[in-house]
Order: sequence, then C-alpha cells, then structure tokens
Amino acid sequence: MNTKTAKIAKPRKNALVMFIHKMGSPPWFYNFTGKFIPWLWLIFGVLAAWGLYLGLVKGPADYLQGESVRIIYLHVPAAWMSMLIYSTMAVMAFIALVWRIRIVEILAMTSAPIGAAFTIVTLTAGSLWGRPTWGTYWVWDARLTSELVLLFLYLGVIGLYNAIDEPRKAARAACLLSLVGAVNLPIIHYSVKWWNTLHQGSSISLLGGSSIDASILWPMLIVAVAAKFFYAANLLTRARVKLLEQDMRKGWVRDVLKEKN
Amino acid sequence: MTWSFMLSASQIVFERYFEPVFLPVNFSLGGGELLLVTGANGCGKTTLIRVLAGILYPTSGKIDNGFGAMAYVGHYLGIKDDLSVLENLRFMRDFLGTSKRSCKDVIELVGLSRVAEQQARTLSAGQRKRCALARLLVSESRLWLLDEPYSNLDLEGVELVDRMLTHHLESGGACVLATHGAHRPDWKNTHDCHLVSGASI
Amino acid sequence: MSAQVAGGSLSGAFFALLRRDLLLAFRRRTELLFPVIFLLVVISLFPLGIGPSPQLLARIAPGVIWIAALLATVISLDALFRSDFEDGSLEQFVISGHPLTLISLAKIVAHWLVAGLPIVLLSPLLALWMNLPTESLGVMILTLALGTPILSLIGSIGVGLTISLKRGGQLLSLLVFPLYVPILIIATAAVMAASDGLPYTQFLGLLLAGLITSVTLAPFAAAAALKISLS
Repeated sequence: MNTKTAKIAKPRKNALVMFIHKMGSPPWFYNFTGKFIPWLWLIFGVLAAWGLYLGLVKGPADYLQGESVRIIYLHVPAAWMSMLIYSTMAVMAFIALVWRIRIVEILAMTSAPIGAAFTIVTLTAGSLWGRPTWGTYWVWDARLTSELVLLFLYLGVIGLYNAIDEPRKAARAACLLSLVGAVNLPIIHYSVKWWNTLHQGSSISLLGGSSIDASILWPMLIVAVAAKFFYAANLLTRARVKLLEQDMRKGWVRDVLKEKN
Repeated sequence: MTWSFMLSASQIVFERYFEPVFLPVNFSLGGGELLLVTGANGCGKTTLIRVLAGILYPTSGKIDNGFGAMAYVGHYLGIKDDLSVLENLRFMRDFLGTSKRSCKDVIELVGLSRVAEQQARTLSAGQRKRCALARLLVSESRLWLLDEPYSNLDLEGVELVDRMLTHHLESGGACVLATHGAHRPDWKNTHDCHLVSGASI
Repeated sequence: MSAQVAGGSLSGAFFALLRRDLLLAFRRRTELLFPVIFLLVVISLFPLGIGPSPQLLARIAPGVIWIAALLATVISLDALFRSDFEDGSLEQFVISGHPLTLISLAKIVAHWLVAGLPIVLLSPLLALWMNLPTESLGVMILTLALGTPILSLIGSIGVGLTISLKRGGQLLSLLVFPLYVPILIIATAAVMAASDGLPYTQFLGLLLAGLITSVTLAPFAAAAALKISLS
C-alpha cells in the first residue's frame, strides 16, 4: 500500500496537467479570469452590434416571408447555443464528477441557467416567427418540440441543483443528471424528429431548406460567434461570483476584497 | 501476537458547506485495538465514522482499510419494520453470504429470543439497538464501526455491548467507537481520537 | 480505499435482496394497489373528459394508456429507494462491499415486478375500456412488457437523485418525463401501426434495444446517484 501511495504522490506534471491544476485553485482562477472577462464582453458587444446591424438594418427582407425572416438572426444562433451549452455542460459535468474539481462543478452549474435562457429565446423567437408564417404561435414542429424537451432537461438540472442544500452534493447530483440527459438527448432528438414525420406534422424549416443567401448567412454567423463570447463572458462572470460566495470565509477572498477597497 | 491487518487514516478532512467539519484526523489501528472517537456535540463523530465506512468521500486525506469487510451500527439502524427480528437477521446473513453462525443463537446472545418472531415495529428503541448489534455478529466482519452504541440501552445492554466488544477485540478484530463519553469501554489497547470541530479555527 | 470484499457471492446477495423486497411488498400489499387504482382512475377520466365516441377513443387509446402507465410508474417510483434510504438500510448495503449497481438492479427488478407487471397484466382491461382494436391488443401488451421495465430503470436514476429531498416526488417527474419521451413515441407508434395494419416489429425491436441498453447503463447511474444522495 505504502509504495503505491509514494508513487502516486509524485506524478510527472506536463503543461496541461499543470494548467488544470492551476485552474482548480480558486484564487488563481479568480484573478486569471478577471483579466480577460472585460475583453470577452467587449468582443461580444462589437460582434453583436455589427451582426445585428447587418441583419436587421442593412439586410434585405425575404421575398416570401417578409420582414419576419429577420427573427432568424436571433433564433438560429440561440438554438445553436442551447445545444452547444448543454453539451459543454455535460462535458464539464463529466470532468467534475470524475476528478471532483470544484471550479468545474461551478462552471457546469452556472452553464445551466444560461443554456436555459438561450432555449427560452429560441422557443419564443420560434413561436413569434410562427405566427405570421404558420398563422399560429405554436406548432408541434420537430425542432420546437426538441427545444421544449431540452428546456425541460435544463429545468431539471437547475431544479435539482437548487433543491439540494449542500452545494457540493447539489452540484454532483445535478452534474450526474446532466450526463444522463446528454446520453438521452440524441435519442430524444431523433425520436422526436421521426415522430414528426410519422404524424405528417409541419416541418417547414426557418431556413427554407434551400441554400441560404450570403446576405443572410454572414450576419447570422457573426451573431452566432457573438453569442459564444456572450456565453463565455457571462459564464465566467457568474462563476467568479459563485466562487466568492462559496469561499466567503476563506482567506483569499478577504485578500481580494481588501485589494478592491 | 502480530496482526497483519491495519486501518489507517492520514490527514482526513471532510468539508460541508465549505467548512471543515473537524480538524485533520490521523490514526492507525491494528487488530485487537479499539479507537475511541470522542468530542463535543457537533464535532463530527458521526461524519468521521461515515467517512471511514466509505459512505462519505473525504474532501482530502487517505484511508487504507486492510481489514476488508466492515460492519456498521449508526443512528439509523437499517432494520425493516415489516420484518421480524429473525427475518431481518436472516436477510443480512443471506445478503452478506455469511453462514457460520445460526441466527437464532445470535438472537439469544443479544437477549431478543422472546421477541424473535415479532415484527420489528413492535420493538422498543433499546430492543432495536440490540437487533442492530446482532447484525454485527452475523456479519463476521473484522472491523466494527460503532456510532454511539450505548445510546438507548439499559445497563444490561451496555454490559452486552462491552462483552461483545471484548470478545471481538480478543479474537483479533478492531473497532472504531464514537461516544460522547458517558460510558467508556474498558480495553487495554485503546487509542483515543479526540475530534475538534473545524469551526474552531 | 482498498477492497472491501464481502464473504458472499453476488448472486446470493442479489436474490436475497430481491426476495426481501418482494416479501416487504407483500407485507404491505394494499399499498401495491394504489398505483394500479390510479391507473384505472386516470384511464376512466378520458372518456368522461372527451366523450365516449368509440372511434375517438380507439384513436387515442395507445397514447392514453401509455401516458397513464407512465404516470402510474412515476407515482410508484418514490417507494423504490425511499424506505431503505430513511431507515439506514442503504448505508448497510454500501458497507457490505457488494457493488451498489447490483443492489440497485435487484431493487429495480423488484420494483418492476410489483409496480410494472400489474400494468402489463391490466392492459387488456384498459384496452377494452378504450375500445382499442383487438388486433393491436397483443402489440399493446408487448410494448408495455418491454417498455415498463425501461420506465423503472430510467426512473431509478431520478429517484436516486431526489431521494435525499423531503419532497422529491414533484421534482422527480420533471427529471424523468423528458427522458421518457422516446419510449412514449416508439411504443405508441408500434400500437398505432398495428391498428392500421402496418408492420410494427421494427418498433418492438427498438424497444428491446432500449431495454437492453438501459439494463446495462441505468443501474450504474442509479448507484452513482445513490452514492451522491447518501453523502
């Protein structure tokens, strides 16, 4: 037993392990992320303004869908984000569960409300677009239904995290749930898609299925990249607050607060 | 006498709500030895026992258990109300796969023969405790983890625990026993582990 | 931590626990009836709510029966680990050194036998009430026989996660219903296909695949969930 312990005690550290190890230290994480969070917000602001300007002001209206097509600049990037954030959360949840790194737990758990918000934006934008296009706010379209189930998955993770008192236990439970959800998500997605064709539901794509014109594509891609910066900036800002809150009575937080004053 | 089995704990810390429950714990325990875990209310005696039992995962530190199978008596006794004393024990015996001892003998030993066929819901708190103690004997484990084993027991029951403990330790077993200190078992190889609440720093 | 090997065999522990859970369920047999009665009541509400037209009932029968089965399962799920968690039995299982995965599986099997199997056995009556075409009755029973174990298996993960909450039942439904979506879709599709005289074996194959996958994965997740809940 003892020889084994001695061997584990001194692992050879490569750069990546060192980085993860450092990121796992709360004060280091706090200070390191503090340096570039303002930049993330700035890049987000510039990209979002540029993309939305191109899409909402300069871009042409669709000859079939009219002005309502402009919802695409919100709907599609939000839909991508809702799925991207869920998979990011699941990957972080896996890391958090296996290596018990508290900061990764926090990152996974603060991802959930952001992802849920993007899902709600997707659903709202989708039904607002549906009103002029389909003549109704809600249609059990495959994409919208998938998004709705995704929202329930997010709400489950958030609900479980908030229901359990002890924060580390709550995070571990919610991380496990998000992993279970991630395993099920592709199955849910394909079964809903297939269910939709089975019942001959409407599956008019927002993108029309045809090739997208560059005048629509570029602004949309710019907003999509902006959304990723928004996620990163929002996530890190929230995670830092959460970290301060959790370590309220630890020495490094006192030092941080002293510096601020 | 040399016993090859050891339970050792080094720098065990368990955090709850980001506060260590107790100051780091170190000990090593061999066969025939008793570890008395003492300390004020709220200093984490139950938590430490549960960490040693593998129910809780320590925030840091290392536990090496060379004894193998453990037996545990905690605050929740793990007795099914809808089963009789005998059925409860028989289930544990079948579940653990230990069969050297007859359940009826064990029940007699802990003084529950009269109520052996009764459903556990009809038992008093002390009788339930005895039923849980009987499980220790059925389990045939070399390492016992006892959390306040004397609570709810009458004088005769306290003597029973001491007798069981002495026999267990004499035959090479080890035991970690948490108590708030009203009664101390008398055993020659006793180590003390006085827990100090983590909030005190 | 090093190995904590219990003396007994794994199958011995599995069957001892299965036998105990069935005995406990039998001792409380009136409680066993609650989910079944719930199922009957829910089904009977549908004709009252939407009218007794036989064609309409036949059309919605697969969905209604399956949704009711889903609800009845969720209602019964809480009992899966609750008493063992509250009286300390679960801690004893962890201590025993037997893998918690095996323990979860034994408890899930016991749960299905007392909560899932009655639904399967009752389904002919439900189908009769809902005017389900007789030619699709067999498929209905088959989908329930293949599908309700999946409900118990996936549900066990949710119960494991919410067991430490005093009122975990309400949260439980939010956690498990999204995960039940594929089963609901495939199972009802199979029955509808059978009613329409279309091939349905591929759906049963999908359900079987789902059952095999969840038997292999769900007990591990449930065990991990229980470990977290105990901490």
